[in-house]
Amino acid sequence: MSFVVSERKAAPNLGSTSLRVLAVVAAGVLLAAAPFFVYPIFLMKALCFALFACAFNLLLGYGGLLSFGHAAYFGAAAYVCGYAAKTLGLTPELSILAGTAASALLGVGFGWLAIRRQGIYFSMITLALAQMVFFFCVQAPFTGGEDGMQAIPRGYLFGIIDLNNTLAMYVFVVAVFLIGFGIIWRTVDSPFGEVLRAIRDNEPRAISLGYKANRYKLLAFVLSAALAGLAGSTKALVFQLASLTDVHWAMSGEVVLMTLIGGMGTIFGPVVGAVIVVAMQNYLAHLGSWVMMIQGATFIACVLLFRAGIVGTIIHYLRARRGGSSGQA
Amino acid sequence: MEILGISSQALFGQVLIGFINGAFYAMLSLGLAVIFGLLNIVNFAHGAQYMLGAFVTWMLLNYLGINYWLALVLAPVCVGLFGAMLERTMLQRIYKLDHIYGLLLTFGVALLLEGGFRQQFGVSGMPYAIPRELQGGQNLGFMFLPNYRAWVIVASVVVCASTWFLIEKTRLGSYLRAATENPKLVQAFGVNVPMMITLTYAFGAGLSALAGVMAAPIYQVSPVMGSNIIIVVFAVVVIGGMGSISGAIVSGFALGLIEGLTKVFYPEASSTVIFVVMAIVLLVKPAGLFGRTA
Repeated sequence: MSFVVSERKAAPNLGSTSLRVLAVVAAGVLLAAAPFFVYPIFLMKALCFALFACAFNLLLGYGGLLSFGHAAYFGAAAYVCGYAAKTLGLTPELSILAGTAASALLGVGFGWLAIRRQGIYFSMITLALAQMVFFFCVQAPFTGGEDGMQAIPRGYLFGIIDLNNTLAMYVFVVAVFLIGFGIIWRTVDSPFGEVLRAIRDNEPRAISLGYKANRYKLLAFVLSAALAGLAGSTKALVFQLASLTDVHWAMSGEVVLMTLIGGMGTIFGPVVGAVIVVAMQNYLAHLGSWVMMIQGATFIACVLLFRAGIVGTIIHYLRARRGGSSGQA
Repeated sequence: MEILGISSQALFGQVLIGFINGAFYAMLSLGLAVIFGLLNIVNFAHGAQYMLGAFVTWMLLNYLGINYWLALVLAPVCVGLFGAMLERTMLQRIYKLDHIYGLLLTFGVALLLEGGFRQQFGVSGMPYAIPRELQGGQNLGFMFLPNYRAWVIVASVVVCASTWFLIEKTRLGSYLRAATENPKLVQAFGVNVPMMITLTYAFGAGLSALAGVMAAPIYQVSPVMGSNIIIVVFAVVVIGGMGSISGAIVSGFALGLIEGLTKVFYPEASSTVIFVVMAIVLLVKPAGLFGRTA
């Protein structure tokens, strides 16, 4: 598929590795310093959504599969995690694991159905299946309906560390994010990631080379769903709330927008996109439905003018400059 | 009178509602199929254009005093013009790109429209009175049939049938089908394909607006009516397959009916039954019931 800012050319390129290391160091400093300057809840929200967007991008950017129903995994995990923490009284790490496992399971079922069709049908199927989850959550007794599941306890991490302390919670969220992000990075750079990209770019050819394309797609789908669930579970603990907003189609749209703004198929793009979209929601919340219009307009602008996204554009720029200077030398 | 322990009044009432919903599913999935055939774009804005049709109808009545019957013509024309503009200014730029960009772009348009109307009118929805000529109803003995609902069913069947006829049996339709197969060749024969594409999108948008006009007196006129229905219509399209016009029509009506019957026998599942049917169809016949394997 041609739509992704390709990293294929960059794979053997040492320059992009040092660039990534630089970005990681900068991000580390930023993460450590940020809670002293910015409202920590906002940071935690941004981190949860960044992980969500990265998980989504694993499927879209590297698998070429546009899922329009990722809210299902995010939201279902939030409910399961909330249920585990509140009703079953599990510790936070176990609750999060329960939520993640539930999304992974959901991902197995939905992924197995959705990969039977390709391209645009895949998107419509994932959207329809996610809407089914939404209606289920509207009716199911344990979700609390329109009110959502409220007052989910953050609890004590490993039974020791009190997560009601904001700084402790922040460190925990950062740790969860880094674990999730690390898994995605490792996956993308692994042989599995290479095959996934090969399938994205030319599926019949990958199949003719002996790769079982559907198996790879399903595995990518499940991984993406599980990590989206990890993000959703963590979000449920941060806000102590799981609500219908988390499973609504608009949430699926938002995660697409985050990835599109940041740059599909780039490692850091979804993080940047998530921060921008979350900031937009936070600072423009008083404008009501204008946020929806702004998001719509951003979609249109991104598709028409800015398909590579922010990070994608930066990569293009750097690569062009490097290419130019080596030509002179 | 009872059938399977359910009063016939309730049963036929729900069957009627099912048929009405099915009429809207059929008209909308028909438009989606026509647009997808020629433009290769899944029009996410289809629901928003349906909502737009209902709102134009409401505004014509409340701001200009123009009645339902005129709105039946004017609203589709307005939305059709809007669609033509959209196609000329935006969609035209992305035909060469991957299909997902069409979905993302029209999703943006849908958000923009829904957000705009939410900002202006809120989400609660506004009533639109049934036109005087169609008030009241007929007692059929086994059930009460409101005149307006009978009109919607008849009108939608006529609209679907004439669209099918237009595309499958007329000369214009043969150009359209030819352009779907091979646009370059058709253009070489002297047919203005870009114009045809614009008109096709406008036609599809107009069709969804027509559904919106008909829906206005039945459902509340609300900014969220579009996004609520479009996802179900997507499922209908997956079930029917977008390859065939008649397939879209038949599966639209059939799924409306199934939804209505589910409401009688197992109401908890009525909002999800279409998605369940979709899942089953994907298992049994992944290409869709009427789809060509591609």
